[in-house]
Amino acid sequence: MRLYQEKSAGDIEPDLGVDLAGIHFRNPVTVASGTFGSGIEYSRFVDLNKLGALTTKGVSRDPWEGNPTPRVTETPSGMMNAIGLQNPGVDVFIKRDLAFLEEFDVPVIVNVCGHSVGEYEAVVERLAEDDRVAMLEINVSCPNVSCGAIQFGTDAGMLMEVTSRCKSKAGSKPVIMKLTPNVTSISDMAKAAEAGGADGVSLINTLTAMKIDIYKKRFVLANKTGGLSGPAIHPVAVRMVYEASHAIKIPVIGMGGVASAEDALELMLAGATMVAVGMMNFTEPDITGKIIRGIKDYMVLTKTEHIRDIIGAV
Amino acid sequence: MNEMIRKKAKIREKTYLAPDIYRYSFLTDLCSGAEPGQFVMIYPVNGARLLGRPLCIADVSGEDNDSGRADDPGHYFDIVFRVVGGGTEEISGYNPGDELYIEGPLGHGYPFDEKTIGGKNIVMLGGGLGAPSLLFLAKKLMKAPSAFVSLTAVLGYRDRSMNHFLASDFGGTGIKTIISTDDGSEGIRGNVIDALEESGIKADLIYACGPLPMLSAVKRYAKEAGATAYISLEERMACGLGVCLGCVAKTTEKDAHSGVKNARVCTEGPVFCAETVDI
Repeated sequence: MRLYQEKSAGDIEPDLGVDLAGIHFRNPVTVASGTFGSGIEYSRFVDLNKLGALTTKGVSRDPWEGNPTPRVTETPSGMMNAIGLQNPGVDVFIKRDLAFLEEFDVPVIVNVCGHSVGEYEAVVERLAEDDRVAMLEINVSCPNVSCGAIQFGTDAGMLMEVTSRCKSKAGSKPVIMKLTPNVTSISDMAKAAEAGGADGVSLINTLTAMKIDIYKKRFVLANKTGGLSGPAIHPVAVRMVYEASHAIKIPVIGMGGVASAEDALELMLAGATMVAVGMMNFTEPDITGKIIRGIKDYMVLTKTEHIRDIIGAV
Repeated sequence: MNEMIRKKAKIREKTYLAPDIYRYSFLTDLCSGAEPGQFVMIYPVNGARLLGRPLCIADVSGEDNDSGRADDPGHYFDIVFRVVGGGTEEISGYNPGDELYIEGPLGHGYPFDEKTIGGKNIVMLGGGLGAPSLLFLAKKLMKAPSAFVSLTAVLGYRDRSMNHFLASDFGGTGIKTIISTDDGSEGIRGNVIDALEESGIKADLIYACGPLPMLSAVKRYAKEAGATAYISLEERMACGLGVCLGCVAKTTEKDAHSGVKNARVCTEGPVFCAETVDI
């Protein structure tokens, strides 16, 4: 592999900027919701101003306790989690997290979760007029909460309804629907989100998985099941991003096991306009910077002036 | 940018302590400012294992602690671990000279300011792999032995096959050290609390690290004895930095960060005042 090399004199200066839902992003790299908090902890490793966008952990109307522990476990080239969307609720989020992010020059995508359509609407409404929020990502795909979330994302009719109702409360804010891979046809779900008026879709959330301790004869996670993420699921993400992006006209944010610039580029060639780095933030806190540099190197190497020429170019 | 807390560090020394239990010393200044009870994340090299292994800091040496070794620039820290799965098995296969990525020091350790320890009879209770973090604390406390009334370490082991690892290190600091084994094959028969009671030692302040059932028992014991207990909790972690919320402990009151009755073991902990956690 020839990426991550020193530049030479005649090299082009590639343009990594992308436009999505009417917003310009300086590069196509963001982080996957739940793997980066609101950037507070990682800001000592990563220059947040260099990210294309920062996607926050899911925010709900009220504080959520989440699931009992153990909540996480490692799996081959990945991990499983069943956090259960623990979060302090939108009031604390606005007061603490958005106030922190205000100091940075990075578009903020706020991930929104809820147990009911009304709860999603309440959060969307609170954030619709907030200038510190660039875009909303609606989580209809978390496999780890017992009511809400994934139920809205596995039924096309419900997905369309949640989309249009969130959209109607979002004012001028673009709304992205985050989709689950735990469906028979990702294309049908992407179409439902588009029909509901979504400005884009993001995929994939984690794959529902299970791990058993053979000596204790017990489930490893207290929740029994958890969401599988990490490099192990990357090829699934590439396939689903390809299928979804060919089924709809709205843009796709691709994610799932991105561990390198090569992985990110694969998702973009499959049709993603932006990509998100997830679990690998835990392994290498400064990995996003490395991936952005690697994409730039690839463009120099392949003499690609505009990143838009890569999107869907497979 | 703020300070980096992730470095590649070379293994300086590897010691076999007991079956499946090793002590590593890493040549790095990463933990020179560490407090006892803090931990590091050590990353396996094998690409199929992507999460760090949280391991507590067992000892730290700085420039003031000259080992007398010509090859030793003075900055190193120690960990002690047991092989429990693929990740620790991989780490146990490395040798002096090999390098590993390490993040740290992380979390909040044992409080040992004058207000906490002044005039107290202090007891440290270490169950199995709980002993290492207390060793570092013991060394810190012994730098100011006049600050407290007494200091005793009670170290509990499963049986004699564990070679009462680290007990001589505790003894070496000048601390009274009592050993117990579950089967009575060495020292006092029973757990650390049995040993504490049998020895008739008074405890006003307890520092404890060990398996969860032991820590629950320590919490009950401290309450009955009217002592304050600081306990170090263990939980599965993904990031170690407070981001993923994988490693929470139930708290008795609402936690300031989470807004719910969950505190992050990696950030607010791993050491908690026993009264504040619901165990």
